[in-house]
Amino acid sequence: MIESIDPGQVNWARAQFALTAMYHWIFVPLTLGLSVLCAFFETLYVRTGNIEWKQLAKFWMSLFAVNFAIGVATGIILEFEFGTNWSNYSWMVGDIFGTPLAIEGILAFFLEATFFAVMFFGWDRFSKRMHLFSTWMVALGSNLSALWILIANGWMQNPIGMRFNPDTARFEMLDLWAVVSSRIAISHFTHATSSGFLLASLFVTAVSSWFLLKGRHQIFARRSITVAATFGLLSAMFVAFTGDEHAYITVRTQPMKLAAMEGLYKGKKPTGLIAFGVVNPDKQAGDAGDPFITKIEVPGMLSLLANRKLGTFVAGIDDLVWGNSEHDIVGVDQKIRYGRQAVTSLADFKQARKAGDASSAEAALTKFNQNQEFLGYGYLKKPSDAVPPVSLIFYSFRVMAGLGTFFIMLFALFLIQSARNKLPANRWLLRIGVISVFLGYIAQQAGWIVTEVGRQPWAIQGLLPVSVARSNLDSGTVAVTFFIFLALFVVMLIAEIKIMVKQISLGPEVSKS
Amino acid sequence: MIGNLELSTLQQLWWLITSLVGSLFVFLTFVQGGQTLILTLARSEDEKSLIVNSLGRKWELTFTALVLFGGALYAAFPLFYATSFGGAYWVWISILLTFVIQAISYEFRRKPNNFLGQRTYEIFLLINGTVGILLIGAAIGTFFTGSNFRLNDYNLVQWTHPLRGLEAAFDPFNICFGLFLVFLARVLGTLYLTSNIEDANLVARLKKSSFTNLLLSLPFLFFVLVQLITMDGFTVDPATKAISMVAGKYLDNLLSMPPVLIMLLSGLILVVVGVILNRFTKSRSGIWPSGLGTVLTCLSLFFLAGYHNTPFYPSRVDLDSSLTIYNASSSHYTLTMMSYVAILVPFVLAYIAWVWRQMDSRRLTLDEVTGNSKSY
Repeated sequence: MIESIDPGQVNWARAQFALTAMYHWIFVPLTLGLSVLCAFFETLYVRTGNIEWKQLAKFWMSLFAVNFAIGVATGIILEFEFGTNWSNYSWMVGDIFGTPLAIEGILAFFLEATFFAVMFFGWDRFSKRMHLFSTWMVALGSNLSALWILIANGWMQNPIGMRFNPDTARFEMLDLWAVVSSRIAISHFTHATSSGFLLASLFVTAVSSWFLLKGRHQIFARRSITVAATFGLLSAMFVAFTGDEHAYITVRTQPMKLAAMEGLYKGKKPTGLIAFGVVNPDKQAGDAGDPFITKIEVPGMLSLLANRKLGTFVAGIDDLVWGNSEHDIVGVDQKIRYGRQAVTSLADFKQARKAGDASSAEAALTKFNQNQEFLGYGYLKKPSDAVPPVSLIFYSFRVMAGLGTFFIMLFALFLIQSARNKLPANRWLLRIGVISVFLGYIAQQAGWIVTEVGRQPWAIQGLLPVSVARSNLDSGTVAVTFFIFLALFVVMLIAEIKIMVKQISLGPEVSKS
Repeated sequence: MIGNLELSTLQQLWWLITSLVGSLFVFLTFVQGGQTLILTLARSEDEKSLIVNSLGRKWELTFTALVLFGGALYAAFPLFYATSFGGAYWVWISILLTFVIQAISYEFRRKPNNFLGQRTYEIFLLINGTVGILLIGAAIGTFFTGSNFRLNDYNLVQWTHPLRGLEAAFDPFNICFGLFLVFLARVLGTLYLTSNIEDANLVARLKKSSFTNLLLSLPFLFFVLVQLITMDGFTVDPATKAISMVAGKYLDNLLSMPPVLIMLLSGLILVVVGVILNRFTKSRSGIWPSGLGTVLTCLSLFFLAGYHNTPFYPSRVDLDSSLTIYNASSSHYTLTMMSYVAILVPFVLAYIAWVWRQMDSRRLTLDEVTGNSKSY
């Protein structure tokens, strides 16, 4: 199927996609959460008739708009890049992957696009209630668009509801409901959107804390903090809850990712959780080296988290790569052998079809069907290729989970101090509040690194390696576009930050109308 | 219910749906056309602001229509998406870049401390309205002129031209089609702004400009039409699936599908009617006949490209690699499921229309623009 693989080109394509996705995800979580917060503030205005809530809503909306613009600009790049950089992927799984993208356009994007204009320019053209409805529609639209793209991403983590068609050489959908209702997709969605709510709460808290530190807009800032800290605390707890669920599903669908998250090479019974660890950089899958230079382990904890049962076995990287007969694990080494047979018999089938030799085609197809579930493994060069970069995933996971725990405490503190009316005096807490928004962005990126790098070398888990999913381009072409996007993103980010900072320093007064 | 339909019926249905989305997109490029007027037609900052804010209430619809056009092509004809995007790399990346810079320009243009300065964002909007539309035209032109690619046994694409798609922009037919779309967008832009803005001076100039731009579009339209009915075209033998070149293919398509011929002619007439109403009467509603005309014209072109045993994405270098709506489509199951989802499209169109009506019930005045701190 693939004549030659240029690893440089695959890496450039991955770098370009990672750059775009990570950049896009700077803006998306804030959009997801801030849209809901704006709608909430406006609801308070409509219910109480108090104009100050309206000014509050309008101030946060103005920051939302700046952020939203770049989110839109980078979102379209991702859609295009599926085709431009992952052309083989687009053909081989487009029958399944395209559907959520199209549904996203029909059901979500038009909601956002249509009601966004009302939200910003319709204050005098629509009734109060209709305007409020529009603001909620923008919030719903943003979150619905997250739903559909995360369903698509969930399917990449755990492909179900389809079969391979050897005639067309692609996967075809059999069950849309299975794709939509997949546990990992739902868990992805709940975890990612609630983390967006969390980030938006951090953002509102940070800006308001800054106002309090500067002694400006005191009432405005305290009101904002009360709402944001409540929303943030609830979101942060929900993020932790869905994170736990997510890990539980990952053990079942992507055991290699979980093993990498924990730096677990040899599966044990029971398995401990590494609360803190320094990864040994020289450690390779299969060797006898110690995975950690130093570590603090909570005994038996990983068994409990991974299987919700004490003393159970959790597979390690070596078990998955070379198999473990005691626990019925077929190793990647074995899967590669099956996969290569599948690749050969698919080629034989195609050849026989072309030559019009029906009986040979039939024979090749029968052989192919025996091994077809391992087709993707046939393109891996060696068993250890199935191991993702362990230390990056290990550390990213700890950064994300550690910060997630910290945010719960932070919001609780803000809430308590706000209830006791002691916020303005508590300058150290306000300073931490300002800094925490940056930690929020780091946690967001770390989470996606765990999810996406943890899936390597697969574009579609177990089915399609990135080296096959790519487009037929030379690495120079992709490298050039990488740098074009990099330059563009840097310029856009500088402009965005400068505008945001200016808008914040101007404060809510300018928003009066 | 939909699941009982033949695969070929579903394929035809989805070509119709994607064509409709594409045609609505072309109508909505009045936003891009309007963007090209900012630096030329507006005589003061106030007039610029009026134009930008009037377009600013609609630009996201156009953008979303483009995204949906891409999404629908991806979902319904994934082999086209894979072949064209992965193959004609540079043309799509270039189109993409012009839309990325558009998306930030409305919001950032007049914001204090915006780093690049107001003029840069206005130039971004101009680039999107000219280069962006020209290249989209060139890309759609290849539906008739063909592209340089080959598919292997596994349907994976190999592009055979080093410019990777940009070569399309050097073909006279494609250029003229692209330029026609640029001037059409400007015509639609002037018509939309006429209907949307309350400023006697500016409207008087917009009215003149609509007619001028229509005249400017005519040579390109004429060239495209003459080429279209005289050029050799790609045809597929329904029995053997073999692709070959035949003389007068698109003329034959037009004559064999009279409704398409009627759509093309009535579409073009409606575009002209809208402009004439706008230029020579007091009417401010020229956008509607011209808009409907645009949709009909584009639909007829998409139908010419995809129906009547015609490969819609032909390959010049390897005829048998050409894509038809039958060999490039999704599976029966996927098309069925998406058809159920498409039942919601009329509801989406209905709320868009309702909001549009409400928003535009009063024309935009300078007072409203300057009085709103959220103005672009």
